[in-house]
Amino acid sequence: MSNQLDLECRQLVKSFGKFTAVDNVSLEIPKGSFFSILGPSGCGKTTLLRMLAGFIEPSAGDIVIKGQSMLGVPPNKRPVNMVFQHLALFPMMNVAENIAYGLKRRKLPQAEIDKKVADVLERVSLPDAGPKDVTQLSGGQRQRIAIARSLVLEPAVLLLDEPLGALDLKLREHMKVELKQLQHEVGTTFVYITHDQSEALVMSDNVAVMNEGRFEQVGSPQDLYYNPQTAFVAGFVGDSNRWSGRVDSLDNGKALVSLDDGGAIAGISGNDRVLNVGDRVELFVRPEAITIERDSSAQTGTHIEDGQNTLSGIVENLLFDGANSRAQVRDQQTGHQVTVSLPQTGAFSDLKSGEQIRLSWGVDKARAYVSQAGVGKEQAA
Amino acid sequence: MSTLQMTSGTEKSTTIPMIKLGTFLLMLPLLLWLFLLIILPHLDLLTVSLREKLGYREYAFSLQNYIEFFTEPLYWNTFVRTAVMSIVATAITLIVGFPVSYYIAKVIKGKKRNLLFMMCLIPFWVSELVRTFGWMILLRESGVISNFLQWTGLVDGPVELLYTDATLMVGLVYTSMLFMVVPLVSVLDTLDDSLIEAGYDLGGSTYSILREIVIPHAMPGIASGCIVVFMLTLGNYLTPTLLGGKDSLWFTEQIYNQFITRFNWESGSAFGFLLLFLSSVIVFVGLKLSRQTLADTVK
Repeated sequence: MSNQLDLECRQLVKSFGKFTAVDNVSLEIPKGSFFSILGPSGCGKTTLLRMLAGFIEPSAGDIVIKGQSMLGVPPNKRPVNMVFQHLALFPMMNVAENIAYGLKRRKLPQAEIDKKVADVLERVSLPDAGPKDVTQLSGGQRQRIAIARSLVLEPAVLLLDEPLGALDLKLREHMKVELKQLQHEVGTTFVYITHDQSEALVMSDNVAVMNEGRFEQVGSPQDLYYNPQTAFVAGFVGDSNRWSGRVDSLDNGKALVSLDDGGAIAGISGNDRVLNVGDRVELFVRPEAITIERDSSAQTGTHIEDGQNTLSGIVENLLFDGANSRAQVRDQQTGHQVTVSLPQTGAFSDLKSGEQIRLSWGVDKARAYVSQAGVGKEQAA
Repeated sequence: MSTLQMTSGTEKSTTIPMIKLGTFLLMLPLLLWLFLLIILPHLDLLTVSLREKLGYREYAFSLQNYIEFFTEPLYWNTFVRTAVMSIVATAITLIVGFPVSYYIAKVIKGKKRNLLFMMCLIPFWVSELVRTFGWMILLRESGVISNFLQWTGLVDGPVELLYTDATLMVGLVYTSMLFMVVPLVSVLDTLDDSLIEAGYDLGGSTYSILREIVIPHAMPGIASGCIVVFMLTLGNYLTPTLLGGKDSLWFTEQIYNQFITRFNWESGSAFGFLLLFLSSVIVFVGLKLSRQTLADTVK
């Protein structure tokens, strides 16, 4: 089993004094996959990556790359290469020399170095960039050279430290696709860290969501999005309506939650934990899980019937953003607010503020997580 | 309307010379300093060096002073010796100063770093004369080190550590250290740590990273530090005289002798010009060899 894994971490811990940056993290990355570590800044993802690269020694635990423990192995002897956040291309060398740097350290014959440099430049579709100065390249080109410089060494694992962060939005969108394609072509295992959930979801085969030094959940992007196991993941991955409330009654796994800001919603437990009457919970509903209808009846308020939550309310705000447009709807009686995605068919493109509409969503689309300090962490992989 | 235009027109015509006058006034101290203290004396020295004293207040144009320099082996030897010793002193200062600067700029952080930098700086609050006498107290026959060696029984009699080339070298390196460390620290500060990490990550050894990443980046600082140290050493008078003694044969001492002891201003001026020429040539060659420009070094 372990020979099919490119990278394995076992109960990895790193503390700086009293502060634990990485807390008991274990992970297994199969060969040739694109693995992302997603988390807010300060969650310890950079520390984790630097441990993998060898710049920081773990306080406890083990890092195994291709079946070999990496403890005590310096960064220049590890079969991993890193693409730095600000790329760290050597300004004193031209593009070809930058790429050749690692090959020269391996004492390859010059002819072979030249050939490999030309090949990798071809692969990142910059075949003529060799003699150029690093400063002559655009942001996206520099990006590709930084990746080429690491890839040319054929590492077991390529580590990427938020390399798209410095690019503008359009280029970032473009590079996301390009990076995924490149990974697919070369078949190298990529470990990508980011705080941008869209980068992680678009590119990865598997994503680990990290918070306060621990993994909250590890899974495929679909799994994280549709089946978040903790309140943190539900809130961090994708957009959600988020309410806190208290479980009023239970009926066959369905909980009726009375919300702090008024109204009541039926939901199910988001994870394996069984809800009890009286539990404080966080309730999440995705804006696109809500069906929207025009409503001419005078009745307002929340109802729960046939496994559906329904709510009639007044459109307060329209947040137009092309395909990603939303409306904020407020229930006049209880005063509680719901954000809902407008259908992309354009059926509601003439919706106006102040109109009354009816919202409905399945009870199983409302996921409740017991909000109790530390509960989310029990689910950490 | 027309009056308004008139006034604005006159304003315009007066403000432009005003700015020029302001700039000129601000630059005036610098210009005066350059002209009165650098250019004028040098022009005078040049004319003095190019004349020969025929009799009382009788002078003629002549290259005699320069010819004398090239025909008299003592002058010529002193000249070469000063140049070689200065180059060696600069090299040693660089070799000692680089690790110190690297440690201050890259390894140590925060308060300790400032403390270390201060420790390099503090000796320079004391005048050079006092510092040199400090070395003499340590190194002379009846000095601290000599007494210590006798006390430990390593030597039988007093040892004289002063007045050798090695002592002279120690003094020159010590005097110049700060002028090497300051530019090196500031240039190494601008080196992004991730470049060094990237070097390691790509399989580089400490030596190859130093040679291919750190030194190329630090080159402007190395060049400017070396120029300053070389110039200071070449033109140093105090340290060679006090630590090198009578045999130190430093070229500045020759110039001093010509002016003060022999009262031969013509020859002294010629020597002064030769020293200026020598230092310019060596700095030029040094810049060419290290592929730096003078403009890079003052960045």
